[in-house]
Amino acid sequence: MIALQQLLNGLTLGAVYTLVALAFSLVMGVLGVLNIAVAELFMVGAYVGLSALAHGAPLPVAVLAGMGSAGVLALVIERVAYRPFAGAPPIVPLLSTLGCSIVLQNAVVNLFGSDPLQLPDSAVGTAFEFAGLRISTPQLTVIGCAILLVGIVAWLVQRTRFGRALRAVAENPGVARLLGVPAQRVVSGTFLLSGVLAGAAGVLIGLHYSAVSPFVGADAGLKAIAVMVIGGVTRIWGVLLAGPLVGIAEVMTIYLGGSAVRDFVVYGLMIATLLLRPHGLLGKPPGQEGERL
Amino acid sequence: MSSYVQALLADVGVGLLGGLSVYVILSVGQLSLGNAAFMAIGAYVASMLTVWKGWPLDAALLAGAAASGLTGLIIGFPALRLRGIYLAMATLGFGEMTRSFFLNLEATGGAGGFHGMQKVSLASIWLWTVGLLVIVMLLERSRLWLEFRAVRDDETAAEMAGLDTTRLKLTAFTLSAAIGGVAGGLFAHHQLFIEPGNFAFERSVDLVLIAIVGGSEVAIGALAGSVILNLLPEALRFAANWRLAAFGALLVLILLVRRQGLLDRKLLDPVFRLFKRHG
Repeated sequence: MIALQQLLNGLTLGAVYTLVALAFSLVMGVLGVLNIAVAELFMVGAYVGLSALAHGAPLPVAVLAGMGSAGVLALVIERVAYRPFAGAPPIVPLLSTLGCSIVLQNAVVNLFGSDPLQLPDSAVGTAFEFAGLRISTPQLTVIGCAILLVGIVAWLVQRTRFGRALRAVAENPGVARLLGVPAQRVVSGTFLLSGVLAGAAGVLIGLHYSAVSPFVGADAGLKAIAVMVIGGVTRIWGVLLAGPLVGIAEVMTIYLGGSAVRDFVVYGLMIATLLLRPHGLLGKPPGQEGERL
Repeated sequence: MSSYVQALLADVGVGLLGGLSVYVILSVGQLSLGNAAFMAIGAYVASMLTVWKGWPLDAALLAGAAASGLTGLIIGFPALRLRGIYLAMATLGFGEMTRSFFLNLEATGGAGGFHGMQKVSLASIWLWTVGLLVIVMLLERSRLWLEFRAVRDDETAAEMAGLDTTRLKLTAFTLSAAIGGVAGGLFAHHQLFIEPGNFAFERSVDLVLIAIVGGSEVAIGALAGSVILNLLPEALRFAANWRLAAFGALLVLILLVRRQGLLDRKLLDPVFRLFKRHG
C-alpha cells in the first residue's frame, strides 16, 4: 500500500515535470535552442500563482495568473535573448537565456525574500481516503490540470493552423519561410506557449508542496531538462512517458534511499540516456527521426 | 593590507582560475555548465589530504588537480561524443551529480560540510593563479591551441584536415578539470569550510560569467572577468541586493554588443607587440 501511495505521489510530481519538460522541449524541438530560463519562468509562475491564492483568489484565477505572467516574460526573453542572436551558434542563446534566468531569480529573491512563500492552510485543500490511499485535492488538481494542458497543447500542435506552421518550422525553417509560413509569429508563439506551460507547472508545484522558494527553478525546474532528454529531444511527446517515469523514480528514491540521493538518480538517468540512447526513449536515431512534434 | 582587501584579492584569484577552466573548454567550442564539480573534487581531495594526512598544501593541491583531471579524462571519454547544447546539458547533470555525491559522502561530513584546513596565504593563491595563467597563455601560442581553435571553428573541417578532434577535446577537458581542481583546493583553504552547496549550479554559472564577460577568446579574459565579478559589487554597495541581476543583464549585454567579451586579441595586440619588440 505504501508503495502504491508513493506511486501516486510520484505521478503528481511527474505531472509537473511533464509540463516543464514540454516547455523546454517545444523551444528545443521547434527552434533547436535550449531556453534555460524556462526553469525560472516556472518559478515566477509559482510565485504569482501562490501570491494570488494567498490573497484569496480562486484556483483557476491563480493558475491563469501564473500562466499569463510567465507567458509575457517568455515573450520578453524571446525579444532580448533569442531574436538578436538569430544565426548564431545555439550555445549563444543558451548563454543569453542563462543571463535572463539570473535576472529573474535575483528579482524574485529581492521582491519576495529568500525564505519560502507558504500557502495559507485555507488554500491547501483537503485529503480523503480512497481504497486505503490518501488522496489530496491538490494532488487531483495537479494531475487533472496537467492532463488538460497536455491535451490542449496536443490539439494546438496537431489540429490548428498555428500548429501546422509550428511543425513546418520544426521540420525545416528555411523551406517553411519560403512557403510563406510567418516565421517570426511562429517563434513568438513557441516562446509564449512554452512560457505559459512553465508558469502553469509552477502554480501546480506550489500546490503540491504548498510552498515555493526562489530556488525551485534551479532545484526542480532544471530537472525537467533531464526529463526532456530521457524522453527524446527529437520527439517532444517523449516527455509524456519520461515525466511520470522520472517523478516516480525520484519519489521511490527518496522513499528507499533518503532525499539526498534523488538528484544523483535523476541526472544519472539523463547522462545514461545521453550516452547509451542519445535520441531518448521515444526518439529515433538521426536520419530517421520522422516528425518532431 | 587589510584583511578585507586580502579576502577580496583571494576571491579574484580563485575566480580567475575557475573562469580559466571554463575558458579552456570554450577554446574547443564547447560550453560546460558543470565546472563547479571539478572545483568540488579538487576542494575535497586537497582538504582530505591536508587535514587527515598532514600533507603540505602545494602537494595536496597537485593531488586535487590530478584527481579532478583524471575525473575529467574518464567522464570526457563518453561525454565528448556530445556537442554543443547536448554537452552543456550533460555537464549540467554531471555537476549536480557530483554535488549530490558529496552530499551523501558521510566521510567528509555530507551536508554538514568539512573543516579543519589551514589558511592559505594570499601570496600562495596568486603564485598558483599567475603560474597557471602563464602556462595557459604560453599554450595559447602553441600548435596545440591552433588545433583547439580549428576544432572550435569547424569540427568537421578540422577532422577532415586530419586532426584527431576527440583527442584534442579530451585534452582540453582534462586540462580544464585540473585547473578547476586547483581553484577548488585554493577555495577550500581560503574559506576553511566547504560544503556541497558551495559547488552547486550557481557556482558553475559564476565561472561561465567570468569566462564569457571577461573575454572568451583569450586566457587573460578570465582575469578581467574575475575582477569584474568580485570587485564590481564592492563598488556598487548601495545596490548590493541586485548585483546578481546586474550580472545577468551584463551577460546578455556583452553577448549583444561584444560577443567575444571585454578583452579580445585585437585589443591585446599592441600589448603583445610590445613584448615582441623587446624580446
